[in-house]
Amino acid sequence: MNCLLCHSPYNPITNWRQLLFLEDPDVLCPRCRGSFKLIDGRLCEICGRLLEEAAPSLCADCLRWQEDEQWGRVLVKNRSVYTYNDWMKDVIALWKFRGDYVIVEAFRHPFARAFAEHFGRGWHVVPIPLSPERLCERGFNQAEALACLLPFPSFPWLARRHSEKQSKKSRRERMETDNPFFLPGHPPLAGKRIVLIDDIYTTGITVRHAARVLLGAGAAEVGALTLVRA
Amino acid sequence: MNVSPLLSFLQGFRLPREQLPFSENEIEDALRAGWLGEQPGLTRTPRSWRCMRCGNDDPLRFASFPCARCGKNCVYCRKCLSMGRISACTRLAHVSLPLPFERHEAPLAWQGELSPAQAEAAMAVQQAVLDSRELIVWAVCGAGKTEILFPAIAAALEKGWRVCLATPRTDVVRELAPRFRQAFPRVPLAVWHGGSDERGRIASLVLSTTHQLLRAYRVFDVMIVDEVDAFPYSVEPMLEYAVSQARKEQASLIYLTATPSRAWQRDIARGKRQAAVIPARYHGRPLPVPAFEWCGNWRKQLERGRLPENVLSWVLHRLEQRKQAFLFVPHIDELEAVTRILQRVDSRIVGVHAEAPDRAEHVQAFRDGRVPLLVTTTILERGVTVPNIDVAVLGAEDRIFTESALVQIAGRVGRSAAFPDGDVRFFHHGKTQEMVRARRHIIRMNEEARKRGLLRT
Ligand SMILES: [Zn+2]
Ligand SMILES: [Zn+2]
Ligand SMILES: [Zn+2]
Ligand SMILES: [Zn+2]
Repeated sequence: MNCLLCHSPYNPITNWRQLLFLEDPDVLCPRCRGSFKLIDGRLCEICGRLLEEAAPSLCADCLRWQEDEQWGRVLVKNRSVYTYNDWMKDVIALWKFRGDYVIVEAFRHPFARAFAEHFGRGWHVVPIPLSPERLCERGFNQAEALACLLPFPSFPWLARRHSEKQSKKSRRERMETDNPFFLPGHPPLAGKRIVLIDDIYTTGITVRHAARVLLGAGAAEVGALTLVRA
Repeated sequence: MNVSPLLSFLQGFRLPREQLPFSENEIEDALRAGWLGEQPGLTRTPRSWRCMRCGNDDPLRFASFPCARCGKNCVYCRKCLSMGRISACTRLAHVSLPLPFERHEAPLAWQGELSPAQAEAAMAVQQAVLDSRELIVWAVCGAGKTEILFPAIAAALEKGWRVCLATPRTDVVRELAPRFRQAFPRVPLAVWHGGSDERGRIASLVLSTTHQLLRAYRVFDVMIVDEVDAFPYSVEPMLEYAVSQARKEQASLIYLTATPSRAWQRDIARGKRQAAVIPARYHGRPLPVPAFEWCGNWRKQLERGRLPENVLSWVLHRLEQRKQAFLFVPHIDELEAVTRILQRVDSRIVGVHAEAPDRAEHVQAFRDGRVPLLVTTTILERGVTVPNIDVAVLGAEDRIFTESALVQIAGRVGRSAAFPDGDVRFFHHGKTQEMVRARRHIIRMNEEARKRGLLRT
């Protein structure tokens, strides 16, 4: 088999379990697979970031979120699968910006496993949408691609307006600008637990904007599962 | 007549429609007027697909995705993604009108003198260009290939022809640019590589990397392809395809190589391909011939944190003599292991592989003499003519070291006229055919040079 990322040949059968239980072989060679770093250890209860052993159970960022009356309790939790190391940065660039869609296959098992561990059957999967302009430019929505990896249906309930690149603004400015998300129809949200799917959790503003819209329409609680914690 | 901005933007190129900064209306008008042509981005082949931009037809290098543009499950090429994705619904646009041309009178300002061997080859290249033919220039490492091209390029520019020199390597493009600017100071020149903002511009003279050349279409009258067999690019069908698309159909085609493939060597011997052979370096001293030295199971030694004794003593000897050296190893893992061991001997020693981000820095440090020995997996830059160096290969039996790779490696030594000699050592755990062929190749070149009276004794 050839590695999905580096294209070099490798032996995909690494242990007896795979043969015995007919598990799908890894699409990556051991070198590429080993370059991703799973988030593993003591986590901030809200944003899922790795914490020092002795630290309190929330990170400084989330403590600040908690103090905010408007935004404090919008998101129950985020969980991310991988840290944002240099390797991951390169892979994300190739996948999302260069548009090599098939790379998402490398995340199938870890992403589905994280979903089962932190969320599971009772949650409704809602991918973070792109604006129509961005979707046309990119050709696909990376959050939808991730949602498709899960063994549950996903619901395209949210829509997004086109807004300028967010990275130039401060956090406060970003919170205060109009929320880009809206509900194009009247999805049956009442009492539902929603898990938002996205590629990267950076400041948490995107998922909180989306969560706010869903809660406003009756959702019971909103969490997020993201591939990477930046 | 007013020239349409779309026309002047696109002329000489073939680009996906979505990369054209013009409205759908303008594009549709041009299509109706007939001077804009369109092709599908991918075409079907019996086994899979073919990417019309990069020529890829390897089924493993295609994938598909739910495409938001066409609403279908859309196949795309994974090989040329860095230039923007080409998928089944992509349309490639090009201009079908001929470009206006410009004649340049006496464009060559270069005053240097060609060696007898160079002059002979330069004549052959010029004739091939004027006759729109194909020619291989088989020149040993250090022959001075670039100057050989100057008279032919000048002749083409005088006729108003467009000339392109293409190479797989950005290093080479960067290094050649100032030399061409100096040689042809009044001729518009564009340098195309990933980091250059001239890559959207057609000029009388263009220096391009493989990837950037993929954008050009039916525009060059003279196509020169440099480093055709340069290690580690010995198999590069993408460059061949790029060349076939960027040249005009009747353009002349000049290949420059130090190590033609075996198939080409056979063709040349049988007269099926024409070649100008330059068997001697410009300084007229013979090529250093590699010596073979058995070094046992060196991989096992590496696992134990050791180098074979003869390899280590070769290194120590260079350090003592303060003679700089390259040590080639087959792969990155071994590079790391060898570097770790050698850094215990001398902490200034560094290891650099082809994709290392800090590669340029280390190479500069080596050039400046701050690094006594460089462990590496690849030929670094063609221009690295560190004047007085020795070269060793550890594991010369590895598959990666083909005849061509080994000839290139040996070719690093003795480039400068002040230090025309040096040691070339292939440490191996079992001699291979490729090693023997490489040595024979070098010896034969020296014999040929002697026979033609090109060596200074
Ligand atoms: Zn790999
Ligand atoms: Zn947190
Ligand atoms: Zn392609
Ligand atoms: Zn499509």
